[in-house]
Order: sequence, then C-alpha cells, then structure tokens
Amino acid sequence: MTAVAEQSQQVPVARVATSERLAALAQRHGALAVLLLALLVSALTFDAFASFDNLAGIAIQSSFLVIVALGMTFVIIGGGIDLSVGSVFALGGVLAAWASQWGLLAALAAPLLVCGAIGLLNGLIIARTGLAPFIVTLASLLGARGLLLAITDEGATTYLVPRDAVFLDLGRGTLWGLGYPVWIAVALCALGGLLLQRTGYGQAVYAVGGSEDAASLMGLPVARVKTLTYLLSGLLAGLAGALNAARLGSGVTILGVGMELDAIAAVVIGGTLLVGGAGTVSGTLCGVLLLGVIQNVINQIGNLTSSVQSVVSGAFLVVVVVTQSYLSRIRRLR
Amino acid sequence: MTPVLEVRAVTKRFPGVRALDAVDMAVLPGEVHALVGENGAGKSTLIKVLTGVYQADDGEVLYRGERVSFARPLDAQRAGISTIYQEVNLVPLMSVARNLFLGREPRTRFGLLDIGRMNRDAAETLGRYGIDVDVTRPLRSTSLGTQQMVALARAVAIDAKVLVMDEPTSSLEPREVRTLFDVVRRLRDQGLAVVYVSHRLDELYELCQRVTVLRDGRVVHTGPLEGLERLALVSHMLGRDIGRVRREGLTGFTGEHAATANDTPVLRVEGLTKRHQLHDVSFDVRAGEVTGLGGLLGSGRSETAKAIVGALPLDSGSVSVDGRRLRRPSPAAAIRAGIALLPEDRKAEGIIPDLSVRENIVLAAMPRLARAGIVTRARQDAIVEMFMTRLRIKAAGPEQRVAELSGGNQQKVLLARWLCLHPKVLLLDEPTRGIDVGAKAEVQKLVDELAAQGLAVVLISSDLEELVEGADRVVVLRAGAVAGELVGDEVTEDAIVATLVAP
Amino acid sequence: MTTLAAPARARYVQDYGVYAAVLALLLFNALFTDNFLDLTNLRTQLVQVAPVVIVALGMALVIGSEGIDLSVGSVMALAAAVIPLYLGSGMWVAIAMALLAGAAAGALNGTLVAVVNLQPIVATLALLVAGRGIALVLADGQLKQIRNPDLLALGRDQVAGLPVVVWIAILLALMVGAVVHRTTYGRQLVAVGGNRAAAHLAGLPVRRVLIVTYVLCGVFAALAGVLATARLTASDPSAIGNLMELSAITAVVVGGTPLTGGRIRVLGTVAGALLMQLLRATLIKHDLPDSTAQLVQAAIILVAVYVARQRRTR
Repeated sequence: MTAVAEQSQQVPVARVATSERLAALAQRHGALAVLLLALLVSALTFDAFASFDNLAGIAIQSSFLVIVALGMTFVIIGGGIDLSVGSVFALGGVLAAWASQWGLLAALAAPLLVCGAIGLLNGLIIARTGLAPFIVTLASLLGARGLLLAITDEGATTYLVPRDAVFLDLGRGTLWGLGYPVWIAVALCALGGLLLQRTGYGQAVYAVGGSEDAASLMGLPVARVKTLTYLLSGLLAGLAGALNAARLGSGVTILGVGMELDAIAAVVIGGTLLVGGAGTVSGTLCGVLLLGVIQNVINQIGNLTSSVQSVVSGAFLVVVVVTQSYLSRIRRLR
Repeated sequence: MTPVLEVRAVTKRFPGVRALDAVDMAVLPGEVHALVGENGAGKSTLIKVLTGVYQADDGEVLYRGERVSFARPLDAQRAGISTIYQEVNLVPLMSVARNLFLGREPRTRFGLLDIGRMNRDAAETLGRYGIDVDVTRPLRSTSLGTQQMVALARAVAIDAKVLVMDEPTSSLEPREVRTLFDVVRRLRDQGLAVVYVSHRLDELYELCQRVTVLRDGRVVHTGPLEGLERLALVSHMLGRDIGRVRREGLTGFTGEHAATANDTPVLRVEGLTKRHQLHDVSFDVRAGEVTGLGGLLGSGRSETAKAIVGALPLDSGSVSVDGRRLRRPSPAAAIRAGIALLPEDRKAEGIIPDLSVRENIVLAAMPRLARAGIVTRARQDAIVEMFMTRLRIKAAGPEQRVAELSGGNQQKVLLARWLCLHPKVLLLDEPTRGIDVGAKAEVQKLVDELAAQGLAVVLISSDLEELVEGADRVVVLRAGAVAGELVGDEVTEDAIVATLVAP
Repeated sequence: MTTLAAPARARYVQDYGVYAAVLALLLFNALFTDNFLDLTNLRTQLVQVAPVVIVALGMALVIGSEGIDLSVGSVMALAAAVIPLYLGSGMWVAIAMALLAGAAAGALNGTLVAVVNLQPIVATLALLVAGRGIALVLADGQLKQIRNPDLLALGRDQVAGLPVVVWIAILLALMVGAVVHRTTYGRQLVAVGGNRAAAHLAGLPVRRVLIVTYVLCGVFAALAGVLATARLTASDPSAIGNLMELSAITAVVVGGTPLTGGRIRVLGTVAGALLMQLLRATLIKHDLPDSTAQLVQAAIILVAVYVARQRRTR
C-alpha cells in the first residue's frame, strides 16, 4: 500500500491535553492503583496483614464475589443490571449441596442448569419486552428466593454435602497454598477478559452498552447479545454458589442477601460505568479485592465491626462514582 | 446509464398527511446527487424509504435495476446502501479502530481478535482518507470531522454502492469539510453514487452534479446544478416564482400594528456566539413590533431563540431587557426578566403529555398563582377559562389530557402558558408549523393583536408568506450569522430570498 | 372504532386493576379464610402494612420524579440507631433528631442526583451500603432496649380501636395526596417527572424540586424507622428495614405509578402495599409456603409493570 498521501491533513497532536491523558489513565487503572496503595499501607501498618495466610484468606473469601461480579460486569457493560445474582447464588449453593449426593458432575450440573435457566429467562424477558432490567431482575430476585425456599422446605432443610464427596475438595482443596476456588476465579477472570476484549461477542457487548441504536444500525444482533450477558450472569452466580457450598460443606439457605449490591459496588469501583459501554474484568477484580482488603483491615483493627467496613465501602463508592463522572466530563471535551 | 438507485411514483402516507406524493428520483453511479427541500418537504421521509426505515405505500424502489423492498435498515445496509447521519451513529466510547471494524474484526489463527492488525489496518485506512489520528482513542475524543470520516470509511469498507449523507457538515470546521469533499469526490470517481442532503447552497454547488428539489412531498425540479441559478434553486425550494406579485389575505396577518412601535428596544441581543452554531448575532426588538427571524433550515434561528432565554450556553454575547443585562442566563431568569419562548419542538420541549390542559397552561405561572405554596384552583380556573375562550382552544374541558389534543390546540395551550406570564418579549419558534389551516390563521391573528397591545414579538418561521405579512422587520440569518436586516417596505419575499442567497 | 377501545381498556386495567385486586382478595378471604374478618386480625394486617405504606409514599414521590431510592431501608436503620442516643432529652427530641438524620440522608441523595447528575440507582446505592454501617457504628453494633415510656406508648397505644402507627400512616397518606395534588411543589414534581426538558424551559426550579423530593423520602423512611423501633420496643439497626426498599418499590409499581415518572398515584401506592400484604397473609393463612408467596410476588410485579408499559403513548 502506498504511503499516506502528501496532502493528508494532520490533526494537531497537541490536541491530546495532559489533563485528558491523565483522566484516561485514571479511569483505566485507577482501581489497580488504589488497590496497590491499600495493600502497601496495610502491610506497613499491620504486622499480621502481609502474612501469606492472611492474604490467602482474603483471596479465598473474595473468590466467590469475584465470580459473581464477573457476570455482573458483562451485564453492566452491556447496559443492563442484574439484581437477582444474590438469590441465584444462594440457590446455586442449595442445589449443589442437594445434588452432591450423586457425585461431582451432578453437583455442578444442577446449579448450572437451573441458574443458567433463570439467567436466560431474565435475558429473554428484558431483550424481548423492553421492560426495565431493574424491575425484571428484581422480580427474579424474589422468584429465585422463592424457588430456594420451595426446595428446602421453606428454609428448614439444609442439605449437607456427603463427607467423602469429591465435591468437597473443590471447595476446600488447595494448590500451592491457595484454595481451588481462588484458582477457578482467576481462570474464569482470564477467560472472561479474553471473551470481552478479544472476541467479536465482547466487542458487541461494548457496542450495545455504549449505544444500542448505533449497534443495531451497525448490524449487531442486539437482543441476542443482551440475552447472553444475563445467561452468563446466571451461570456464574450459580457456579459461585456451588463452589461456596463445596467450601461450607452444606447448602446454607440464608446466604446471598444483598450480594448483588456488593457485586455492583465492586464493578463500579473497578471503573465500569453504570450506564454501560465501558469497563474491564481486571477492574472488577481490583474492585472486589479492594473491598476484601478493606474488610480485612477493619477486622485487623479489631474493635470496629463490619459496619465500619460498609461505611467505608459506601463512602468509597460515592467518591469513585463522582470521580468517574468528573473524569468522563474531562474526556468528553475536545 | 442505469441508475443504481431509483424510486418511481413512490407515495408514503401518514395519518392526515401525504409525506411523499408520487415521487420519482434516480441516482446514477459516479454522481453526487443533491436532495434539497425545506422542513416538511419530505426529504427525510424519502431518505427513510431509500434506506429501509420506512416502506413505501405505493410505487417502487429499484436497486441496481431490480425491485427491492427493505424490511429494515440492516437489509438496505447489507445490500450496499449506507447512510451517514448528522449525528454520528457509531459507538462513542469505543476506540476509532474498533468502531471501524465492529462486526468484521480481523482474527488471529485461533479465532480471537487480532487487535494489533486491527489498529494497523485502521490507521492505514484512515490515512488514505487523510486522517492521522490515534486509532486507539475513544471515538468521542476525536473531532466530529474525524468521526464523520470513520463513519464514511466504515460505510465504504462494507462495500457500499450508494452512500446517503444526511447533513454531514453541519458541525464540521471548514478544514474538515474540505477533507470530506476530497474523499467524496474520490469515491465518486470510483463509481460510488452519493445522495447528498443539505441546505448549504455553497456546498451543493461545489460538490454535486444534479439536484432534486422536494416541496410538500412532491418533486418540483430535478436536473443538473450547473447552469441553475441559486435564486432559481431557492425559489423552487420555497415555492415562489421570481418576481411574483404579492397577494392579499394569504395569512391571518394584517400588519396593522407597526405604528405603535417606539424607538428604544425592549430586547437587545449583542454578539451571540457559540462555536459551530452562532457567529456574532446581534439585533434589537422593539415593543409593539413583530421582528421576524428568517433563514433557511440550519441557519441558527432556533439556536438564537434558545440562547436568548438562556437554554443554550454561549461562548460569548449578552442579552438585555429594558437596558438591564441578563446576568446568569437560565430559562427561569429569562422568565423573570420578561422573556418567553415557545419552542420549536412542542412534543419534546413543550407539553407535559400526561397533565391536563389546565396544568399545562399554568405550568410556568404556578408560583404566581399560588398562595403560600398551595395551589389556588379559583385563580387557575379563571385564567384557564379566559385563555381557552380567547384562543379558542378546542378540548373536552380544561381537565382533558393535553396529549389527546390536536397539534393546533396543543400549540395554543403552549401559547397560553407563556401569555399567562404577561411577558415583555415573546419569542415564537415556528408557531404555526404542523397545525391545521384554521388554527394557523387564528394564531397569526393573535400575534397581530399581541403586538398591537405593546408586546415585542420575535417570529421565527420557514414560511416566507408568514414572515413577510406578519413581520415589521426581518433579520435574515445565514449559517449562524446575520446576513442582513430588512425594515418596513423592504420586507418582501424577493428581498428575503436575495439576502439568503447573497454570497 | 376498535383502535380507540384498546388503549382505553388498558388504561382502566392500569388505573383500577389494583383496587379490584385488593377487593377480590378481601372478598376471597372473607369467604374462605377463618377468622379473617376478626377485628384483631384486621388490626394486625394494618399494623404490619403501616411502615411499608409510609416508606412507599416517599418512594412514590421519588419514582414520580423519574428516580429511585434504594437507601430507604438503611435510613430506617439509621433512624433506629439515632433514637436511643437522644432519648435522654425526651421522646420528641429523639424523634426530631432521627427525622433530621433522614433528611440529611435525603439531602445527600438529592444533591448527588440533581447537582452531580449521578444516576439515582448509583447515588442511592452508596447510602444503601454505607447507611446501615453508619447506623451500626452509632449503635456500637448492639440492640438496645427502649425504656422510654412515651416512645413505648407510641408503639403500643390505640386510638378508636386502631393503633397509633396505623393512624400516622393514614394521615401521612392524606397529606402526601394533598401535597401531590394541591401544592405548587407537588405539581412541579409531576411536571419534572413528566418532561424534564419542558419543565426546565418553563422556568421550574428542577434542582430544588428533586432535592426536596429525596429529602422527603429520607424523612419518611426515618419516620418508619422510628415507628418500627417503638413497636419493636428495641432499637435494632442490624435488622430494621431489611429489604424494605424492595417492598416499597413493589408497592409503588403495583399501585400503578410508572417508573418513568410523571404520574404519582398516592391511593394506588397504598392499595399496592395493601395488596402485597393481603397476598402474603392469604398465602400464610392457607398454609401455602413462603416460597409460593415470593413467586407470586415476583409474578405480580412483572404483570403490573407490563400493563403499565402498554400505556405509553409514544
């Protein structure tokens, strides 16, 4: 191909102001920077913090939220929201515990099938009827919880995973000191990130979230893209619940209440815009870890309760979102 | 030569109006074909029929010699008809390269996206269009000119045979327009057919070979641009014969109020400037006078009106009422100063659809009519009844939902809303557009009465007749700047048209 | 003409469907449920629904402005935590401070939405997360018994056979109805929710209206927290108001107030809360499990929102 024509009009490069570059950088890597800062400060302040056991503990405790938040990331980037993940998480755990009596495969298949179906239902309703995702997933939050109650005798029955089941290993085994769920979460994040950044589907999710009209005009199958994000969210929430059940050894019925909000908070703190069209899996990962570190630090301090943790999280959320809003405004100007 | 895209006797009806009436138009390969017409002429409807948004009720659409019927825009696009809109229809948050290749990204051996190649190819493609920009930046951080180019490059890359460009230059800087035109000419030379919709006459004459003029849904002229005088072109668009004699009584205006005007202006507008939209617009408006704002579509009339009431942030300029300058411009401040604006788009910016006629009328005046924050129905009812009678608003009653009224009555409701405030200055943006003939005449008569009572009225209208018969003086805008001002006897259709086209 | 009949019919269902459903449930229970019409039972139902009604009224205002408030449950907890701190100065002071806390929360929400231009979901999400935390910090994480006789009386007393709590809910519903229909603020709120651009051009103080709305929602939630504390005879910030936002939003949506704003149905909201309460009670009394209740609730929400959607005349 020939070189660029002589008369090419040069767009003045100086146009990219430093403020804009900084803003872009902050938006993309802000969560990571804050996480590293938090890790550093905590390690310096608390002796017990930087121990391998403590860090491994943070990792395993966060791993379940990571998986749920991964699904939420897809949904939010695609312009939607999924309030049902907490209930689906609990449902997944109960189903896994109940099915574990028939082996590892059943223990994984049951939650994936049912929770995937719920996710699919969410997606289909939202994509086909145009009802607000907020309300539809609110309804499935209730519905999933209802389903959970139905299969556990109104919450009375807690299914136990058989003590010799292989399934338990999945939740309790370790590899190089880190629990299996941590490795699974990391692997899923890597896959998720790949899906989002390096496949046509991922680009489609960004496009649909960024501008549904444009995406439609550009020939993308908008309904299918949206439905798949909800399917993914349901599957991942169910899987996380199953792993959690493996770790606990039983299907605890009261879990997951409010988990969707933790997931949303983590996704937002990680740099994903709630309006859709932008965000990364790595950001979400940082967001979850940051919340985990905060919780851990507060426990280290000892006297303060987990309530302080939620205050800090909430304040954090506000600061992040306001900053995001401000940064978007800088980047919008020409 | 067979036309690549053609419509024959195409008709499109909507409830109550015939948007397109037996339209014939043929676009040849290797030509840039201008499509012009004022608002309501049918331009956008025709474009929508060509690109699959609408389906024609009668007649046929032929693409490459064969009858086609596109069920939706995607079908037209796949067939090779691409559209570039005024508002860039790409994804603002995604990078330039990703936008360019969305849906057809280059893959690596394993089926994953090859981002490196995508970026390289994007840079190269845009380079051929004369654009040198970092393709990994989000689209919205690039200039609009670049964004248009990306849209253009994408359209061409997906193998378009026909390119429809709808007002592509309205937000571009002159330099970017040059680049765009170079590219379009190159594409044309390669055999692409372009349908170019614009009302910037200079551009049309520079770029296009043939022109089709629409008016009231019909084709009134089609032919080469070379040799067609600008005056003749505009006359076709506006429907005036050159040198036509003005007839009496075509509008409701009687023009009997000019005598009461005094010399000190009630409203003084100075140096209104906003990048791409307004350039140093200044004029005065006197009490008892109707000042018309004339100009073609896109000349900045509505923007001027919005800027006056503080609804459009300005780069510079000032608005003064009775000598006092409006300090922090906002609609509320404008209302306090005595300025009222009847906006152009009554659906998006006018009526509150679920509220009643009464509530819509008293909306702006509510604080004045209330006592200690409590709504006083008695006062409201009195005002509402007065206006419903005076303006002859036809409704089942003041409690009827305003969304159920006809366009003309909705307009009257909005007018009543502003009159409730007893403003000193009333800006009317296309007050008679989209309403029936009877209501039109009523509104025009009302404007006369208001001026006679001492109100200062600014009348924006695309209807030349209305402007000529209703206004005492006319400020003519062109491309966001004042092209000229006509007073009294100077206000004739010919003079307005001449000012419009003068280079 | 058939084309006109369909939208009119849909509007009827939307407007009056919830009342019909409530009546139907009442009838069903009167006929088929033992002791339903028993005064004690009716009183219990009303007492249980009262706090939801109070919160839902505030939520209806916010939804009418095309917004949402997820933090109402946490604000209830906040109020519950504040009360014991000031009971030493008397019941009225304590209540005043609790309401002030609610107002402050609302002001924060309102500012984030109206001035910083955040989406209401995000803005109120923050307080949802942090609010309960703040409440627990204030309460040192403990449940505190209430011994102040005035406050206990508030929770226990009855006037003309109805508990005070119920009277407050009724009064508040009447007041909100009056505000929405008869005050400048109320009409401006509906206009802002109906067409914000038009309201702005008409000179309405959009920002102020929005902030006031969120403040009111916060105050109502705080009031519900105060009353719940009084009835519980204990301040329990960890449990009070749990999932209240769901119940409130459900009541508003089922009652016919569209999520897109522009219309506030006060009576509908009350009916919506009653409907969900009766539903739950019916299912319980007929030994149908909680799970069924949840599933039915979910179905009703979907139906209500779907019916409301039909109406949009775009």
